[in-house]
Amino acid sequence: MNSNSLVSIDDISRDDILDLLERARFFEEHPDHKILDGKVVATLFFEPSTRTRLSFETAVNRLGGRVIGFSDASTTSSSKGETLKDTIKMVSNYVDLIIMRHYLEGAARYATEVTDTPVINAGDGANQHPSQTMLDLYSIFKTQGKLDNLTITMVGDLKYGRTVHSLLMAMRYFNPTFHFVACEELRMPKEYKEFCDKNGIRYHEHTEFTPEVINNSDILYMTRVQRERFTDIMEYERVKNLYTLRADMLAGSRPNLRVLHPLPRVNEIAYDVDDSPKAYYFEQARNGLYARQAIICRALGIDIFKEANL
Amino acid sequence: MKAAKKELAVAALCCGTVIDHVPNDVLFKAVKILGIERLKTHVTIGNNLSSKRLGSKGIIKVADVEFPEDVINRIALIAPHAKINIIRDFEVVEKRPVTLPDEIVGIVKCDNPKCITNNEPMRTRFSVIDRENVAIRCHYCGRTVTSDNAIID
Repeated sequence: MNSNSLVSIDDISRDDILDLLERARFFEEHPDHKILDGKVVATLFFEPSTRTRLSFETAVNRLGGRVIGFSDASTTSSSKGETLKDTIKMVSNYVDLIIMRHYLEGAARYATEVTDTPVINAGDGANQHPSQTMLDLYSIFKTQGKLDNLTITMVGDLKYGRTVHSLLMAMRYFNPTFHFVACEELRMPKEYKEFCDKNGIRYHEHTEFTPEVINNSDILYMTRVQRERFTDIMEYERVKNLYTLRADMLAGSRPNLRVLHPLPRVNEIAYDVDDSPKAYYFEQARNGLYARQAIICRALGIDIFKEANL
Repeated sequence: MKAAKKELAVAALCCGTVIDHVPNDVLFKAVKILGIERLKTHVTIGNNLSSKRLGSKGIIKVADVEFPEDVINRIALIAPHAKINIIRDFEVVEKRPVTLPDEIVGIVKCDNPKCITNNEPMRTRFSVIDRENVAIRCHYCGRTVTSDNAIID
């Protein structure tokens, strides 16, 4: 077990989060700091995820490190029946850091228990995806100038969407107000509403995506109704188009409102929104690079401020 | 005569452990959790016996065995009000309730089919999040399992 591992956003404190945001900001200003010279990083993607993998691999490359790994478990020995434990132990012999994505929930936590090499969770099934949360927090921080006392509206798939769950948990330190907009079938699960209650977080649930909700928000966090999370495809077809944002719906919104989306988008944000200065999802994806550079350095115990003599 | 027969049904142990006040519907789960089916000593299992407190209850009597505390406490998961009596030389030398441990390793299966614990040769790990209603949370996938739907591995 390596204490620098990052499995869940829940594992890190308010100070840790703010510190990572400071470091992400540093990397945005200096993206090509070669502080990983001589380091080898494994990206083990047991489940394909092009966006996350490219972002992590770019982060390592820009920091001067080298990457080994795979992007599809079908080409590895796990398809021959090798256990996750054995794969992790084997790879640990070669690398300084493991970045992993797995289709099973809890896989990253288990990986940290079988190796002393630091592990970064790049998504485990519907469970956790802390680097996504860090880039969401960084995007909110950058666009609003703060994290405290914001009104955040989450729209779409609030049941299966892990990004909204992790963001909700991370925001507990910052006194947010949430609006949850979803159809009956995809409502925010009870355990997260209980989490809000326990942490004194205000929230309101809506089944309709109304101008009132939009006009009262600082952040509009849109999510895709993901086909791969459904066991019943008919159910997916029925709900996929219910909550679409169009440019005209932003007419009365606050000037500081920004529209976020973890991407890929399908049809939940109309293309005319892209031209709005309030659309922030592409910049948000770029912020992922800086957030991940900060996370990688933390996992390797590298203090960039010290290295840069700041 | 009737009284004597009743006495026989709950006959005293010379030495060993009596687990009393087990709810009827979880009696055999308790047997499984404690691994009682593998014991070679005398075991008496009674169910649907009359009880002043529960109306009806189950009881397990195991001769010549005193379970380690962490083992016996595992049944708190399904029978939080069970009572443990330690018998030595026909005397009850200790009578105590069961206490739910903070962490439960093994025993319970996570009911999330996509949890790593259901797909790797490994032990499950749960932490207790609600003692009153006996709810536990999977250390790996975060799924909450309540005692009524806990599947004993």
